Amino acid sequence: METLYTVLIDPFVQMVEVPDFFLQVLWEGLVSGVLYSLIALGFVLIFKSSRIFNFAQGIMVVFAALSLVGLHSFLVPYVGNEFVAAAIAMPLTLGIMYALAMGVERMVLRPLVGQPDIILFMATIGITMFLIGFGEFVFGGENKVMITEALGIPTGAIEFEPFGGFLLMEEKDVFAVVMAIILVISLLVFLNKSAMGRAIRALGDDHTAALSVGISLSTIWVLVWFIAGVIALATGIVWGARAGVSFALEVIAYKALPVLMLGGLESVSGAIIGGIAIGLLEKVFEIYWGQPLFGGNTETWFAFIFALIVLLFRPQGLFGEKIIERV
Amino acid sequence: MFYRTSGQFKTSYESDQALFPIKQDMVLLVVILATMYVIFPMFASEFTYKALLVPVLIYSLASLGLNILTGYAGQLSLGTAGFMGVGAYACYKITTIFPEMNIVIALFLSGFFSAAVGVAFGLPSLRIKGFYLAIATLASQFFLVWLFEKWAWLYNYNASGAIEVRTMDIFGLVVTGPNASPMVQYYFVLGIVSVVTFAMINLTRGRYGRTWKAVRDMDIAAELVGINLMRAKLSAFAVSSYIVGIAGALMVFFWKGAAEPNLFDIPMSFQIVFIAIIGGLGSVMGNFLGAILIVALPVVLNLLPEILGISIGSATMEHVNVMVVGSLIIMFLIVEPHGLARFWALIREKLIIWPFPH
Repeated sequence: METLYTVLIDPFVQMVEVPDFFLQVLWEGLVSGVLYSLIALGFVLIFKSSRIFNFAQGIMVVFAALSLVGLHSFLVPYVGNEFVAAAIAMPLTLGIMYALAMGVERMVLRPLVGQPDIILFMATIGITMFLIGFGEFVFGGENKVMITEALGIPTGAIEFEPFGGFLLMEEKDVFAVVMAIILVISLLVFLNKSAMGRAIRALGDDHTAALSVGISLSTIWVLVWFIAGVIALATGIVWGARAGVSFALEVIAYKALPVLMLGGLESVSGAIIGGIAIGLLEKVFEIYWGQPLFGGNTETWFAFIFALIVLLFRPQGLFGEKIIERV
Repeated sequence: MFYRTSGQFKTSYESDQALFPIKQDMVLLVVILATMYVIFPMFASEFTYKALLVPVLIYSLASLGLNILTGYAGQLSLGTAGFMGVGAYACYKITTIFPEMNIVIALFLSGFFSAAVGVAFGLPSLRIKGFYLAIATLASQFFLVWLFEKWAWLYNYNASGAIEVRTMDIFGLVVTGPNASPMVQYYFVLGIVSVVTFAMINLTRGRYGRTWKAVRDMDIAAELVGINLMRAKLSAFAVSSYIVGIAGALMVFFWKGAAEPNLFDIPMSFQIVFIAIIGGLGSVMGNFLGAILIVALPVVLNLLPEILGISIGSATMEHVNVMVVGSLIIMFLIVEPHGLARFWALIREKLIIWPFPH
């Protein structure tokens, strides 16, 4: 009886009684949800255009953030000014991500065209291992601090007092959410309005048909991997500002996987909505159910189990394309 | 020349379907087994046992388990390490609850626990397919590792949260714990791996193996010809997790000696998937070839600079190592996506018709 009470009634009583804390929890969940969405978006773009389940998205986040921080600390002694150094390091990092996209396309994807999905998936894990080794080799394995101030990201906090309570929003979280929204909107505009964006979607719809109307596969793949790299950089900056830049960041890639299950592997809107939903739910579950009942740290598996349950009812995810099977 | 098949006639279906259709295959196997059982122990040092021989065997076994599921039944799983953990913790609990029990029996019993957990997490495979299923198996991975950390009963309420293997013996011969000799442990692992491999070769050739292959190639078609999909998929999950569980128990009891929950974390799952894929999906032998490559390669790479007389910091070496292994994996996938087993099959074909080109 007491267990039932803690499971079914107590959490909701708390939510209503301490609404400001509930709002705080929701806000935290929203921020991490937005970041999950961003990573999932990188996955979806690559999956849509090339049917590759790109496991390397997580390490690309780390690698982009490391490059930025590494270049910045390398440049500061030469330039003398933090802000100028950041202004130079930023385009250089984008250049590195472009070079990475080119390299992946040339050396990994092109020789593997037409192989089964699982082989390509394994190849991206190979890329992950290579980037881990390369990143540690070049930048060292120790934790680094994201150059938040040099990039002009605000670091203060905003306080609200809803319902006579207390709600704290860190400005860099607000920045993260705003930046994610801008990024997503510009991406959607790019995909829907520009010729290149349409080519990407055409490739996602039908490979052969897209090729036959003259869309260049290799150009699009480089472009898609580059966009994924830009998204990775954005994610790396905002997540690095929250938790520091280290290889532990790679685990957030795993967080994006249930988002993909939930939203569907091909759906851009699914990635966004799924990410926010999972971010919110896992935070709420951890605070109100996980800690009192299971001893906490449920965030590692909650999203997976939740997505699994949803998938049992909709095997292609909430927004995925209907799976039609023929013999 | 060595593989000439002339003069070997098959006069019955039985001989056509025999385990060794060509006599030379059997000779080769006998040579390999003799090397494993007699030659290696004559020369191996303690380091060789601990760093090369035993790990390769244990990883081969785990990969064999995964291969049953992924290579034969076509269900991609990324949660192998979690099931290994179930086997290890089950074996640990069994040996603490029944201290008198023979370790061999405890090992084979612990497999049943991981099989049960495997079936439970295999249930979604009836609805979910492909990458969605692969991610779903990650759910088991994260959930199980979390459980190993939080459920104190599993590790006997140790303060350290880790399980430690006590000294156990079979008929007076110490096999586990810090006092066991590496050679005895090697023979023990080798024996179990041989038995399980032999059983699996025959299982995959038989009725169940064929059912699994039919499901792998196209599950709807398999259903239409009268295969019970539920039974086929769940039996694959059960057999696979059973073997994987034994491999996990072997790993903790006969190699590591102690284990923390994060030993069974996701990198090990991926390592085993790599072994299965580099070795060759749908092949028993491939697992051993893949394990030799993936497990032994880093060890050899680590020794390489010392042999060449170059001094590199161990941290740098570690990083270069990861890089090299990553690029080698990509290279192998490009050169031979069907794995080392296919490589061997091609060589064997060439040998049979040698010296003629066709």
